[in-house]
Amino acid sequence: MQSLLPVALLLPLLLVPLALLARRRRGRRTPPLRLLVVAGSGGHTTEILRLLSCLSESYSPRHYIFADSDKMSEAKIRSFEQKRAETFSNSQFTLDRIPRSREVRQSWTSSVVTTLYSLLYSIPLTYRLKPDLILCNGPGTCVPVCISALLLRLLGIKRTIIVYVESICRVETLSLSGKILYYFSDYFIVQWPDLKEKYPKSVYLGRIV
Amino acid sequence: MKSVFVTVGTTSFDDLIATVCSPAALQVLQSRGYQKLVLQVGRGELKPAVRGSPALAVEAFRFKDSLAEDLRRADLVISHAGAGSCLETLEEGKPLIVVTNEKLMNNHQLELAKQLHRDGHVLYCNCSTLVETLQSMDLSTLKPYPPGQPEKFALFLDQVVGFQ
Repeated sequence: MQSLLPVALLLPLLLVPLALLARRRRGRRTPPLRLLVVAGSGGHTTEILRLLSCLSESYSPRHYIFADSDKMSEAKIRSFEQKRAETFSNSQFTLDRIPRSREVRQSWTSSVVTTLYSLLYSIPLTYRLKPDLILCNGPGTCVPVCISALLLRLLGIKRTIIVYVESICRVETLSLSGKILYYFSDYFIVQWPDLKEKYPKSVYLGRIV
Repeated sequence: MKSVFVTVGTTSFDDLIATVCSPAALQVLQSRGYQKLVLQVGRGELKPAVRGSPALAVEAFRFKDSLAEDLRRADLVISHAGAGSCLETLEEGKPLIVVTNEKLMNNHQLELAKQLHRDGHVLYCNCSTLVETLQSMDLSTLKPYPPGQPEKFALFLDQVVGFQ
């Protein structure tokens, strides 16, 4: 445990300069875009499905990833996709689970260990899916998934756009995932003006869920 | 039949369930004309220590795939401060009392409840002030909640990926 800790702490530090380097080029993409959606427990999945509700079918296939301990997201996602298939006949989606990277209120040090464990799953999964775009909105699961995408970017394997939308319940402060991904995402969207003031690099579009 | 729906989302919030089922709360609900109390207890204790009475029927369950029907049937919703629960309720146009869970450390959910309250969309309190809130509430003062606009997000995304 002791020897893991310095490694665990070094990893995000290594990623910061490299991720900043990788952010410069933002090319135009052509449809269809392969979309990876990180779903989460409680309201996170509901919010993210609302975000998806107005997207055109150019964002397809949609690959959903959520934590293995999440019981509710699968049903919500299937219901959403079923409705979607009524409008768009070629609609495609997949579902994958990875170990939960952090339980609510889990301690910081043990969270680093469980996140590293989730990485063992998220890296090969993200490599297999090679998404053009990742959309996430705050559950701990998005951290290992986004780190995996950044790794693929560093290795020149895939240039994924990372879009983070902070939950509507964050009015004055960011979530832990938000505080981390503010630096690693390509677009960081907040839904209340106070946050836009505190985090000037964020994007404010008003309430979007 | 005027009914109250209590929801804790995917959490457990036994303090809220216990407070709503306390004799004082049941008394107030009855006096304000409610005849039915439906409790969605989530991960908490399923059997709250209360029996219904002829004047006030009580039902309880843990989860359903969708709470839409329960929300539609309710005349008043009492909810924990989860975003999904609050938004779903407001979008059904139902009066909402948000009860914050003081046992949650770093209770970030307070931020949304406070903001919705500031904007006049919900009443908000904690377990110890719920009964007096129920006693004095004037639901006609609550303002309708305009829905969010995911189409703005779709437009933004189309622009950043270069589809536009």
